[in-house]
Amino acid sequence: MSMQIKPILAALHRHKAGTVLIALQIALTLAIVCNAMFIIQQRLAHLSEPTGVDEANLLVISNHWASQMSPQQTDAQIRADLTALRQLPSVRDASPSDGYPLSGGNWDNFIMRTPDQLTPTTDASVYMGDEHMLDTLGVKLVAGRNFNAAEVMQMAPRQVVIPPVVIVTQALADHLFPDGSALGKPIYSMSATPSTIIGIVERLQRQGVTTWNKPYAYESLLWPLRQDGSYYIVRAKPGQLADAMREAPKALYAQSRMRIIDSKDGGSYPQIRERAYDSDRGMAILMGIISVVLLAITAAGIVGLTSFWVGQRRKQIGVRRALGATRGDILNYFLTENLLIGIGGVLFGAVLAIGINLWMVTQFEMARLSLAYVAVGVVALLLLGQGAVLGPALRASHVSPVEATRSV
Amino acid sequence: MFTYYLELALRSLRRSPGLTALMVLTIGFGVAASMTTYSVFRAVSGDPIPWKSSKLFVPQIDAWGPNGLSRDNDGEPSDALDYTDAMALMRDHRAKRQSAMYQVSPSVVPVQAGKHPLNVSGHAVYSEFFPMLDAPFLYGSGWNADDDAQRAAVVVISSKLNEKLFGSVNSVGKTLNIEGKDYRVVGVLDNWKPQPRYYDVVNSGGFNEGVEDVFVPFERAIAVSMPNDGNTNCTEIPKESGFVGLQHSSCVWIAYMAELDDAAAVTAYRQYLDGYARDQQKAGRFSWAPNNRLRDVPAWLDFKKVVPSDTRVSLLVALGLLLVCLVNTVGLLLAKFLRRSGEIGVRRALGAPRGAVYTQFLTEAGVVGLAGGVLGLLLTGVGVASVGLVLPKSISALAHVDLSLLSLTLVLAVVATLLAGLYPTFRASRVQPAWQLKSN
Repeated sequence: MSMQIKPILAALHRHKAGTVLIALQIALTLAIVCNAMFIIQQRLAHLSEPTGVDEANLLVISNHWASQMSPQQTDAQIRADLTALRQLPSVRDASPSDGYPLSGGNWDNFIMRTPDQLTPTTDASVYMGDEHMLDTLGVKLVAGRNFNAAEVMQMAPRQVVIPPVVIVTQALADHLFPDGSALGKPIYSMSATPSTIIGIVERLQRQGVTTWNKPYAYESLLWPLRQDGSYYIVRAKPGQLADAMREAPKALYAQSRMRIIDSKDGGSYPQIRERAYDSDRGMAILMGIISVVLLAITAAGIVGLTSFWVGQRRKQIGVRRALGATRGDILNYFLTENLLIGIGGVLFGAVLAIGINLWMVTQFEMARLSLAYVAVGVVALLLLGQGAVLGPALRASHVSPVEATRSV
Repeated sequence: MFTYYLELALRSLRRSPGLTALMVLTIGFGVAASMTTYSVFRAVSGDPIPWKSSKLFVPQIDAWGPNGLSRDNDGEPSDALDYTDAMALMRDHRAKRQSAMYQVSPSVVPVQAGKHPLNVSGHAVYSEFFPMLDAPFLYGSGWNADDDAQRAAVVVISSKLNEKLFGSVNSVGKTLNIEGKDYRVVGVLDNWKPQPRYYDVVNSGGFNEGVEDVFVPFERAIAVSMPNDGNTNCTEIPKESGFVGLQHSSCVWIAYMAELDDAAAVTAYRQYLDGYARDQQKAGRFSWAPNNRLRDVPAWLDFKKVVPSDTRVSLLVALGLLLVCLVNTVGLLLAKFLRRSGEIGVRRALGAPRGAVYTQFLTEAGVVGLAGGVLGLLLTGVGVASVGLVLPKSISALAHVDLSLLSLTLVLAVVATLLAGLYPTFRASRVQPAWQLKSN
């Protein structure tokens, strides 16, 4: 191969424009596809993060009252609703709640380790439920204990209640008490009243998963509060989710018709995930489509231009063949030529890819491109180039030596 | 002469159908990707009230101070007002028109027996809200300042809710049961759905599929404790419980908009805001110097980053794709034109000036561009129709094909291809007639 590089370079020198165009196209394609792939990977990683709850069997019902009731009446209605839900044959457990993981962000509080702290230690997504909440969500208690029924307090709309006990996620416990001593410690949630950590659950995703929430991922707390519920979370018995989804609204309407169940909120977890991540999924698909089109166009461009070169050089190829060059030599010539152009292109493209990413980091909320993507992109584009050039190169290798004697 | 070149171009393109198809496809895809993403970008970055946006302002007052636990720690005051400040601004009434507002989500009970109650969304606003934002009415009108003061039980509803509850007849004067109390319908809006919902960006996040169904007088809503359904941001938990506790707290939850007609009015309003904050400082309520903002609607939408960054990124990536397509077209045209060096040599030898070569090859490039543009139109149509499969409904529903998008697509395709054809044409015009004739 090495002996061929010099004549190839000399030939390329005579086709400067075409060479530069192919190299430029490879460079731009590499730069764009690397960044697009990186965006796709980031989005896919984001949307496949687990919530920590028993998603396969959960149903979230968004419930609003249609008539004005006193806090006592509301609380009695909520208890009656919960009893009715728990008695359904398809239902394992149910709990009232102020929100659910991936709801889009309902309630979060700054958390402090001392009551007089000026800057908060962190921020936690706030879940309110009763002693059935842990079993309903299906989250795993890794330390301490669950709430008992006596600890569950009633909370009227906008009433300020700070329960004396709290269950936190492992992520929140670790953030607040990195030495692992969280259990039994008090925390302060925008108030001078402490809540003592009585339990730690393995994992419970926040209600919101937007960029703002990222530094606080999985930092959530649970308070034993039965508030003027906007949601009921229902955990179906394994395999009976469809039944529960049918029976639960009926059971609630049987308790009272003066309610509004919002079908656009809550639902089963596949539905909730689709809503929470639709823009991420959309972006990943869009970037995928653009990348495929881009690679196809670049490949087609290489095929087109190389075919032209082959056509232009038929006579020279014929001469070379007549002088004893084998088909393999001709094939090699075009493959090597493309490889040289490709290497020039990917070198420029790699610099461009990193440059574009660095610029995007300053303009948009985006992470730094990992070099692995550039490396994979480089290999992929070189292979694409070789693949694209194979057809025209094979055709060139079939040029017969007789061609040398023909005039155009 | 031009028709002759056109004929030449078509003949040449027919001679190498593969290469021609490749160029047309390249241009078509590149243009369609750009135009589809542009249609989305155009939809979300447009001015929702172009004739007036520079006269509508959002005041911000720093009610938390530098130590307030603000979300982003960027020195900006909070993006909504607390009740105390909003009411002070309404009381002082220094703008031509103004309205404090908060998002509500009351239940509405239909009069027809057996129908489920509905949850509707809307805002509690002041009477000046409707004329300030040029809200169009199908029937009736907004309420007046007296209704504001008397906390009248009146309501403005959307044409959609009107249709649902009253069957698309004029319902002005009829009664609507909201949260168990009767309200008199005074106006029906004529399909008013500004996107982004610029009067309350904080709560709508900008784009929203739904229509706002009810507007009730602000002070009426406060009097009957119609709770706030939007964002509430607090630096500390309110000291008192309930909706009244929220009103007495420094939590921010009220949006505000003021109409200021000229630069003098804007300056005067800024001075007023600073004066107000200084008075609060003197009174001991604020322990910090005035830190206010007064942004007009375009600046406010920009500050709140209403255009999703995904939309910008998509547009940039699509433009990158178009760039690659153009580079590709330059290469293919170069190959195509130089393949005809012999033909060019003959023409030049027979006396054709360089200009004639230019005209001939640019005509050919133009024909490719036009064909690419037509394909681009079709693909753009398909693209815009199917963005709904990829993007969130609230955004994709706004993208649409119109005459300006279609003409832009064609123009972009032709201009881009002509630009791509410039260098290959230049090379073609440089072909040496003597050399070509000799070598053959």
